[in-house]
Amino acid sequence: MNTWPLLGIAIVVVGFALRFNPLLVVVAAALATGVLAGLEPVAVIEALGKAFNDNRYISVTWIILPVIGLLERYGLQQRARAVIEGMRGATMGKLLVAYLAFRQLTSALGMKDIGGHPQAVRPLVAPMAEAAAMKTHGELTGDERDKVKAMAAATDNVGLFFGEDIFFAIASILLIQGVFESAGYPLTPLQLSVWAIPTAICAFLIHGARILAFDRRLGGVAR
Amino acid sequence: MITYEWLYGLAGAAFTIWSLLSLRDRRWGNAGFWALLAASFLIGSHVSDFVNGLLVLAMVAIAGLGGLKRSDPPTTGAEERQRLSAKLGNRLFLPALIVPLTAVAGTLLYNYTPLGQTGLFEARRETLILFGVGVVVALGAAMLWLRPPLLAPAQEGRRLLDSIGWAAILPQMLAALGAVFALAGVGEIIGGLASAVIPDGSVFLTVIVFALGMALFTMIMGNAFAAYPVMVAAIGIPLLVQQYGGRPAVIGAVGMLAGFCGTLMTPMAANFNIVPAALLELKDQNGVIRQQIGTALALWVCNVAIIYVGAFLL
Repeated sequence: MNTWPLLGIAIVVVGFALRFNPLLVVVAAALATGVLAGLEPVAVIEALGKAFNDNRYISVTWIILPVIGLLERYGLQQRARAVIEGMRGATMGKLLVAYLAFRQLTSALGMKDIGGHPQAVRPLVAPMAEAAAMKTHGELTGDERDKVKAMAAATDNVGLFFGEDIFFAIASILLIQGVFESAGYPLTPLQLSVWAIPTAICAFLIHGARILAFDRRLGGVAR
Repeated sequence: MITYEWLYGLAGAAFTIWSLLSLRDRRWGNAGFWALLAASFLIGSHVSDFVNGLLVLAMVAIAGLGGLKRSDPPTTGAEERQRLSAKLGNRLFLPALIVPLTAVAGTLLYNYTPLGQTGLFEARRETLILFGVGVVVALGAAMLWLRPPLLAPAQEGRRLLDSIGWAAILPQMLAALGAVFALAGVGEIIGGLASAVIPDGSVFLTVIVFALGMALFTMIMGNAFAAYPVMVAAIGIPLLVQQYGGRPAVIGAVGMLAGFCGTLMTPMAANFNIVPAALLELKDQNGVIRQQIGTALALWVCNVAIIYVGAFLL
């Protein structure tokens, strides 16, 4: 077996670790992998171009930026903070746990486009979490604010990943079904999505507990 | 019929405007980068794979040479935003809600009413197309309501886009890398190596190798979809299902979720981990990953237990 193409993976790992520009790392890895697998350099560039072109739909989502930017110009983030400041008993922990549950449930019902980083986390969830943290713990350092914002983004990811597979008409369920069917094991999407539920519950308990612990720690270290 | 090409036209127009505004600002690197991306959207379907490849290499060259800079178009200050936010109130949330509501409600309506038989949208493409529709509607509504300067949405969008910078096309680039890996047979090689290290006769250890392989391979590829068929073909079906008689539905479903734990821990999953760090203007590019590792590791252990109990003991 020719294992040389794996050098491409090594390039990715080392390149990311040494903090080279990730786009450079990716292209270097693609060229190295292709050439080491015995492809002509021109064929590798063609494959890269075709795949980039076929995946343009991924970058289409940036067209939302003018909407978010315009609303921020008129105080959207400040508004999100004001809502939290006006709420009695709102803490960052409670807020993010509630968002985790909301994100898991809506994803499980197939509404995964309701959250997301550009449209929900940056303008709404992150400023709300920051405001709630400052309400409990007072002024935060730059590092602490970054950690709060990062936790908001992490909560969106965990909620999405471990909610969406409960919805049976999602791409990953269809992929599982396809792979097992071609190996001679026909499974129904419902059989598969039911088995996503135990992990979803574990995800809620683990991440929820980590959010609450993070909220407590934030207060303890700072003052 | 409305297809992705319409969306590509819309995105191409947006990136053209961002490129021109960068040009006016004398940010040559930004202008060139966004112009190349605009070209990919506008003419990508009509030129050869090789030309598309050269577009990619040119964009990477600009980004690699540090040609992309943050921009600072004119906008409102912190105090003015505070004042506007108090004046406009919670109605500010409404335009932001138009986009997800259009995408979600529209998809449901399209799929569960006779509307779907009209063939208005390209098959299975309706959600992203409706997202585009939602953006246009939300932008129109916000413009009519707030009456900002005509260029304001473009400039505010550019501020956000330039804070994301090269990370904006990293997810798309990684998908392209995945395609090259597939062409070079990387999956088969890894599958071969993984099945070579399997300890003989232990169901539990085989479950661990399967779940570990899913997580690690997902971290390398940046998404679980590339890892999944390989690990299932190498270990999941021949060993766990056929040799040890495990329940296929559990191995299939929870194996994928073990892969998702890997997604939480890798910079290769750029759209979930690196892009939000840029969007939230975090100092640490890996800040989001750091907040996820604790959840991912604990949850991976849960997944191993769920596979073992669900597939073999129940």
